[in-house]
Amino acid sequence: MKNISIIFLILMIVWVLLNNTFQLNILIPGAIIALIISLLMCRRCDIFAEMKFTPKSIAYTFIYLGIFFIDLLKSNMDVTRRVLSPSLPIRPGIVEVKTKLKSKFARMLLANSITLTPGTLTVDVKEDSFFIHWIYVEEDEIEKASEKIVEKFEKYLEVIYG
Amino acid sequence: MELVGAIITLLGAFVLLIASIGLIRMPDVYNRLQVGTKASTLGTILSLIGLVFIMPGWSGKLILLIFFIMMTNPVSSHVLARAAYFIKIPFTSRTVVDKLKVSERALTIKTED
Repeated sequence: MKNISIIFLILMIVWVLLNNTFQLNILIPGAIIALIISLLMCRRCDIFAEMKFTPKSIAYTFIYLGIFFIDLLKSNMDVTRRVLSPSLPIRPGIVEVKTKLKSKFARMLLANSITLTPGTLTVDVKEDSFFIHWIYVEEDEIEKASEKIVEKFEKYLEVIYG
Repeated sequence: MELVGAIITLLGAFVLLIASIGLIRMPDVYNRLQVGTKASTLGTILSLIGLVFIMPGWSGKLILLIFFIMMTNPVSSHVLARAAYFIKIPFTSRTVVDKLKVSERALTIKTED
């Protein structure tokens, strides 16, 4: 039930954004089709099942987005600096980090965030360890690398998805 | 309003330019992917935000596009990096550590026993 309503909401938001109006003669067909799609397609999809809907988790979602954007900007400054400096200051390598997150969706978000933040790119995921290509390796021990790369996102995702 | 949009779009184009310089300068696939993903994500997002200012009527669609790019760009680069790793594309000589190789070897030894 929760899945169906979330998928319905997402489809409705996409529909309204695509049409860019709130007229009833556009909203009603959209609502009917979104309802049919969500009922037909979402019997078994459970990716949103672990999501919590408390005020705290919603607030943390916004904080997470903010931090994510700041990190995206920072990572671009970093890339610019590395690309334009004549000596090409890179020290690449693949490091392993561990995550405490259990839900699949949260792990997916974490891997995406790691890819978009300074100097790191997720190469492989095995159970609870992520293998990350780091453009300038500072720490190659698991705990220290996890602290540097994962923790800033993990503490928010943990509240949102548990 | 149009001026603001034009400036932001120009910034986006500049970020994309840096991404392409990076593609030429970086020594191996993985580093190229790093530069390509980050800079092209921000460059595209900035260009689209600039368009939001120039054409306010399109804002809904453009915001949707930004969201899709943010969700799909990292996934595609992750898949490319993973594929490159498993067909054994060599690292540059400046690479310092490869933890994935170590764990792969541990896995094969375990299955051989």
